[in-house]
Amino acid sequence: MSNSGEIWVIGEQRRGRLEEVSLELLSKGTALSQRMGVTLSSVLLGDEVEEIARELVFHGAEKVYLLEDARLRYYQSEAYARLLSEVIKEHEPQIILIGATEIGMELAPKVAAKLRTGLTAHCIDLYVGEVDDTPHLIHVVPGWGGNLVMHIICPQRRPQVVTVKPGVLPKAVRDENKKGKIIRVKPDVRDEDFRWIETVEVVEEPPQGKSLESADVVVCGGWGMNALGDFSRVQELADILGGVVAGTRPAMDKGWVEEAWMIGQSGKTVSPGLFVSLGASGAMHYTTGFMGSKVVLAVDHNPQAPIFHVADVGIVGDLREVLPCLIAELKKDRMPRKF
Amino acid sequence: MGLEILVCIKQVPHPDHFSEIRLDVGSGHIIREGVPAIINPLDRNALEEGLRVKERFSGKVTVISMGPPQAQKALEEALAMGADRGILLCDVAFAGADTLATANTLFYAVRKLGKFDLIYCGNETVDSGTAQVGPQLAELLDIPQVSGVQEVAFVDEKTLEVRRALEHGYMKVRLKLPALLCVTRGINRPRLPTVQSIMEVAQKEMIIWKAKDIGAPPESIGLKGSPTCAAGVYEHKVGRRREIMQGSTEEQVQRTVARLKELGAI
Repeated sequence: MSNSGEIWVIGEQRRGRLEEVSLELLSKGTALSQRMGVTLSSVLLGDEVEEIARELVFHGAEKVYLLEDARLRYYQSEAYARLLSEVIKEHEPQIILIGATEIGMELAPKVAAKLRTGLTAHCIDLYVGEVDDTPHLIHVVPGWGGNLVMHIICPQRRPQVVTVKPGVLPKAVRDENKKGKIIRVKPDVRDEDFRWIETVEVVEEPPQGKSLESADVVVCGGWGMNALGDFSRVQELADILGGVVAGTRPAMDKGWVEEAWMIGQSGKTVSPGLFVSLGASGAMHYTTGFMGSKVVLAVDHNPQAPIFHVADVGIVGDLREVLPCLIAELKKDRMPRKF
Repeated sequence: MGLEILVCIKQVPHPDHFSEIRLDVGSGHIIREGVPAIINPLDRNALEEGLRVKERFSGKVTVISMGPPQAQKALEEALAMGADRGILLCDVAFAGADTLATANTLFYAVRKLGKFDLIYCGNETVDSGTAQVGPQLAELLDIPQVSGVQEVAFVDEKTLEVRRALEHGYMKVRLKLPALLCVTRGINRPRLPTVQSIMEVAQKEMIIWKAKDIGAPPESIGLKGSPTCAAGVYEHKVGRRREIMQGSTEEQVQRTVARLKELGAI
């Protein structure tokens, strides 16, 4: 590990809204920069996004390289990848953290390939550790559906680039007293950046209310909900607990939840205070999506189901009986006791 | 004329058997003996997309895979689905490749094969699932690329309008051929081979290339060409309490609520 070369967090904004994963990267970036004694900086591309640059400072970035241009309003595949790799070449950071979002997962490999450098996908943790008596940045990634954990290193080439799975790391704390420098970099946006590929439209409506990643309680229904015929009681339970509803892949296939609410390896990863799994047997590619939860409650009819190996509290039983009973019990509990 | 179409596929262990994949603690090797291998599910969608484009505009579909000798099975299955030619990149020199070295290997093979109008990949594999090789290959080839592709429309024979997934919506991207597209599950329903198409496999071309056949420099492929490497593999230990509640449904539920309170979860 070197004590020269900054740590960079690539800030991701969509239509002027900062993605939450950027704040998660800043908390990890802060810890690593303190451990290594180097500067934590952020890079932000967009149009009229200085306010977001300030948010990055409030969340721990000591510097923000700000690239603003009207044509950078949306993520633009070639323009973003080229400009980012050029600013990287100029400033030579040693570590680059990118959120493993739909866009980050496309941008990171483009940038890493342009720089011919190492890239590790969707890390769940990063720390400085020793490998053969030499300190390295250890990239922790889940393998084989969460069955195994792999440690990846990038021994020589710099910068080392990693993407980090959203919803796994804690967010940096906001502090308006934090000071940082916003460095304006005039982006050299060219016509040819848009000649072969251009984003023409972005349609995105973040769901109303709590997001899955920030919810303190997640109630997730699986195939076993079939016995109840619908998902309304999952919602009811989530409402009582002040949580949000999610589903497994079979639940998505059934049309009970949209893809954005699917938990698992190919879906979302969540780390709520309470994760409730209803009628899911516990396949690895599902359970890897809630490994980081504080407490897991599982309900399933099959006592042998692997879900009970990854649960703190388990109820073996028929959901048609257990769920109404659980809802009633919690309702009773939530009622004012006495006047 | 017609379009030259390339589909990149990977043979992967069947996800239903992932729990059987174990770590040999002594050697640190991953043991996956007896785990059945399949074509990565999204790569079937990629192939289906390629076949449909060929059926519409005419052309030729080549499937390519880097892997051990048994990966030829996956290519044969792709031929049975309707691909015209299979290419297996098989050499010990390719082993231990990370995503950049894999993309490099594919890059040299594509360069040898000549021009392609469209390259399709599955958005990610079920095993390592990095979703990186597609965009890295496109970058090395210097062609436009889109990940998370849900829908493709031809504006004209050289221009595509692609809908790609976002977390809570979508993005429309316009791009010119040649291009590389990484497709998602919803884009189509992959066809099954027919008796007729299975019989035709034996007549189709299957090429096996080693590193020297594609002119790949040793320092850019395999372990040597990989900037990243594994420093260790560990079994994932989940420290859960695993307390199964006892009694009637009512009792179990009451105990659950009490326990969740003790744990500060509600």
